[in-house]
Amino acid sequence: MTEVDAWLVFLYVLVFPGIFFLLGYSFFAEWFDRKMYAKMQNRVGPPLVQPLADFIKLLSKEDIMPEGVEAKPYNYLPLFAFAAVATSFIYIPTFMSSSPVGFQGDLLLVLYMLTLPTIILFLVGWYSHNTFATIGAYRAVSQLFVYEVPLFIAALGPALWTKSWSVSDIVSWQQGNPWLFLIQPLGFIIAIICLQAKLERIPFDIPEAETEIVGGPLVEYSGRKLALFRIATDMLMVTGASLIGALYLGGPSVGFSLDSLPFWAAGVIGFVAFLLKTLLIIFLLSFIRAAFARLRIDQMTSFGWKWLASLALFQLFLVIGMRMVVP
Amino acid sequence: MEASGLRPEVRKLAEMTIPIGPQHPALKEPVGFMVNVEGERIKSLDLDVSYNHRGIEKGVEQRDFNQSLYLIERICGICSHAHATNFAKGIEELMNLEIPKRASYIRLIVGELERIHSHYLWVGVAGHEIGFDTLFMYTWRDRELVQDLLEIISGNRVNYAINCLGGVRRDLNEKTIKLALDHLKKLGERAAYYTQLATTEETMVDRLSGVGKLPYEKAKSLGSVGPTARGSGVDSDVRRDDPYLAYAEVPFKVITANNCDVLGRTIVRAGELAQSIEMTKWALENLPPGEIKKAPPRSAPPGEVISRYEAPRGELVHYIKSNNTDKADRFGVRTPTMANWPSVVEGLTGQNIADIPIVVAAIDPCLSCTSRTTFVDIDRHKSWVWNWDELRNYSIRWYKENKGIYWGD
Repeated sequence: MTEVDAWLVFLYVLVFPGIFFLLGYSFFAEWFDRKMYAKMQNRVGPPLVQPLADFIKLLSKEDIMPEGVEAKPYNYLPLFAFAAVATSFIYIPTFMSSSPVGFQGDLLLVLYMLTLPTIILFLVGWYSHNTFATIGAYRAVSQLFVYEVPLFIAALGPALWTKSWSVSDIVSWQQGNPWLFLIQPLGFIIAIICLQAKLERIPFDIPEAETEIVGGPLVEYSGRKLALFRIATDMLMVTGASLIGALYLGGPSVGFSLDSLPFWAAGVIGFVAFLLKTLLIIFLLSFIRAAFARLRIDQMTSFGWKWLASLALFQLFLVIGMRMVVP
Repeated sequence: MEASGLRPEVRKLAEMTIPIGPQHPALKEPVGFMVNVEGERIKSLDLDVSYNHRGIEKGVEQRDFNQSLYLIERICGICSHAHATNFAKGIEELMNLEIPKRASYIRLIVGELERIHSHYLWVGVAGHEIGFDTLFMYTWRDRELVQDLLEIISGNRVNYAINCLGGVRRDLNEKTIKLALDHLKKLGERAAYYTQLATTEETMVDRLSGVGKLPYEKAKSLGSVGPTARGSGVDSDVRRDDPYLAYAEVPFKVITANNCDVLGRTIVRAGELAQSIEMTKWALENLPPGEIKKAPPRSAPPGEVISRYEAPRGELVHYIKSNNTDKADRFGVRTPTMANWPSVVEGLTGQNIADIPIVVAAIDPCLSCTSRTTFVDIDRHKSWVWNWDELRNYSIRWYKENKGIYWGD
């Protein structure tokens, strides 16, 4: 690797489309989600800077730790959640058809990294020494088992179809071919529902159900640690939406080749396509949030295993069967 | 998660006690539950009430009837009219005073409007408790119509103070009646939509049906009242069983449901909403002419009275003892919520933690609103007063110009 290449990768990871861009876009995505949610409820909604203002406010607040809590895990777990999501984002192409740090098998890494926040949420609830946090932790991990299987199977569909375990390859394949949601609409819907469950939003906000268990695992957190968790959740939303965008909507690709354009123009067009696609998915998530009541954990479990998992398996066999017919 | 199938050591791990209240997001008023759970299943719970004793009953004994009337109105922010009317009714009975017909109609109209606003509020709160905030936002937006109406009729949004001993304080004019009929039509349309939504939307039905089971016998033996009892098939309504005001003349049906769960209570409330809207329309159209007030005597002869009133939440009971003075010798209140607490304990045992908020659905948030404001400009030594209409128009104009929001006609 030459000097220049190393510098570029550094820029890619830290500035664009790495952590700095991800942070900014996460704030925007949170605003977009809240605004859409408010519009659907016939409310005004927050101004554009609200998420950033909330974040800064939380940073300046007192940081309280309950008595008898093990300090190390309690303090470091928010950082782990933040780091896991930020890491997974750089493997997803944002403006060209592939990510420079991508490798064969990065799809699994991304999925794994996106599972970490929930596991961390469980640990956080467990370490908080609070009844509500403990119940929230139980629920978070019970819910994890329900949605994670269909989500992985839904992510497996595009990988099987394009015969690659790399997110970049799946996006590149869709540049010259129809987007995968046209071929596997069922998988797309399952992935959206599972992402909603992963983000713990209505109707799957069971682990944090504020009217039941006061906010769940994060109930004892305050100040900058809570701020880190909140931004990690926003980043998870953006990363999840980008992943589904990349797998099913072709990520930055626009449906025809941009090779004749200069590099920067193709990059800008690809980037705009990426933004529009992620915002569309976030809009769908907001819509689901506005349209339903919260499920109970037993209803969620039976819905997940009865419908999501079996439909995802059906989709998987369909893909394998179609792949045998279509060369 | 079937708790009984767990091994003993696992069961021990799953057992815990959760404090719900006196401060908890699901509760709108302070009440305490210590809930013993096994995993997600509730094994038993202890109820702890009376965190909010305000000494109003004692306060009434130290004030004359007129002052008491307005103190009693402040017992509850939602059924303020129920309390005031019930007290006025009881005192008038002790005084052997019959109020003019028009006054009893106006009391009935305000009472039914109060029921409409309370049931609208309940639908929203129920939505919020099960995580359906969209329903909450919609119903509370539409509830503004009935709040505005109460404001126009009585001058106040929360403690209407329409009653006075011997009648009512304000009359209705043609313009108000026309506006009220107009608003009621809209409210009826929206209520029909929410009824259809609450009884057919799948996640809502899933969360409501089979939850908070209260069989007919239990509802009877625990002395449940109001929609809670009627949702379990108990056919009781003070308005029909012991008519007061003009309820003997106004046609209406008592709504009951045999679901014996939260869905049943929702169906009852939705039905009552429609009934109340019809009753108010009927009363407005058939408002008898005449006086609205009779001068009451200063004191009440010795006697006791149990005054009953069908408040939005159920039967409200006031006990008043008079002793030839202008003060009540003894005063006691039994609110419908008090009568319904045992049914909450019954309904929650064996249920999920997730069902606590919706089964409890304690619904007494206090809303308040300033109706007029004085402006003072210190530099110019000027002061002026805005009345409610000016304030309201200003707020509508401000939002329209600055935020682009306008959902008027």
